[in-house]
Amino acid sequence: MSGRPVLPGRDDDPDRLYTITRGRSRSPENAFDLVTLIVAERRPVPGMQSEHARILRMCEAPTAVVELAAELALPISVVKILLGDLLESGAVTARHPRFAPTKARLPDLDTLKQVLHGLQQL
Amino acid sequence: MAFNSSDPASGGPTSGPGAGPATGRTPLRATADNALKIVVVGGFGVGKTTLVGSVSEIRPLNTEEVMTKAGEGVDPAGAWGKRSTTVAFDFGRITLSASQVLYLFGAPGQERFWFLWDRLFSGALGAVVLVDTRRLEDSWYAIDRLEHHGTPFIVARNNFGEPTHTLDQIREALDLAAEVPLVDCDARDRESGKRVLIELVRHLTALAEAAAPLAAAPLAGAAAPLAGVAVTAEAEAPVTPEYEESTP
Repeated sequence: MSGRPVLPGRDDDPDRLYTITRGRSRSPENAFDLVTLIVAERRPVPGMQSEHARILRMCEAPTAVVELAAELALPISVVKILLGDLLESGAVTARHPRFAPTKARLPDLDTLKQVLHGLQQL
Repeated sequence: MAFNSSDPASGGPTSGPGAGPATGRTPLRATADNALKIVVVGGFGVGKTTLVGSVSEIRPLNTEEVMTKAGEGVDPAGAWGKRSTTVAFDFGRITLSASQVLYLFGAPGQERFWFLWDRLFSGALGAVVLVDTRRLEDSWYAIDRLEHHGTPFIVARNNFGEPTHTLDQIREALDLAAEVPLVDCDARDRESGKRVLIELVRHLTALAEAAAPLAAAPLAGAAAPLAGVAVTAEAEAPVTPEYEESTP
């Protein structure tokens, strides 16, 4: 094992993650996919937890959970916990991926046609 | 304020409308409402990030997920502690239309990553296994796991120069089923990367088309049923008209 590369700006200090999530470790696993698009419905307010405020700023345009995690330099599950707070308070809404693999293992032909078309336009 | 805005003119919490922090991010369109996933799997150094970067509209980003060894969320105090391990991965994205955006993930093929596969990549359209002929054995495990997870995939050989093996030789070395497409690519080249993704989507389309008649079969079967099946179904269905919903 070569170990993971050292990533600049990333801070995995357990104490920091514990503080940010206020001790919570279980994310609302089913509430967000990696590519659920998050949209802010409110502006940040003074006194708000800084990570919450940053998420609201980034989500002025739809932003995927995974992009939030990368920009905040926080693990996905930590971001999901923070998003759970914001969703609960109505500060954000979530646009979930429409392709649900539990119903059908293969994507529908319409979706594939659109993806193919999109790729060919690149 | 703790935010390091690169725009000194828009300081303070009451900055003007639409004045997002200028971090160099390329936001999605406001109409984006459906994101799709494709995963590029491969061993260390095979060119996953290069492939993702060559087709992505954003500079590939890196992020990570935490995995607790004892099981997720069992021990709140310890979950962010020493007993957890992290896996990092890259991603990029391609805007397909006003509403659809495709996320491309570069995932390491190593063993520990597969513990997180379902959590991260359930719902992926499919996968590309990127192989390097000098280290084909790195991809055996990934191919095995994808088959196990039932994720449709194609294999792309990242070909940096003069090939020393034919694709047939690679197919044989990987023990790859005839129906799994195997293509050559140059991960550095945008057009080549595009062709790999298109090949995957065509493969998925062929699989979906092949599966479609099966899905429609029960309907056809109702019209011309196997006698035994129909009798059983009738016998088990209680004839209770009072349960019928009235349709005004």
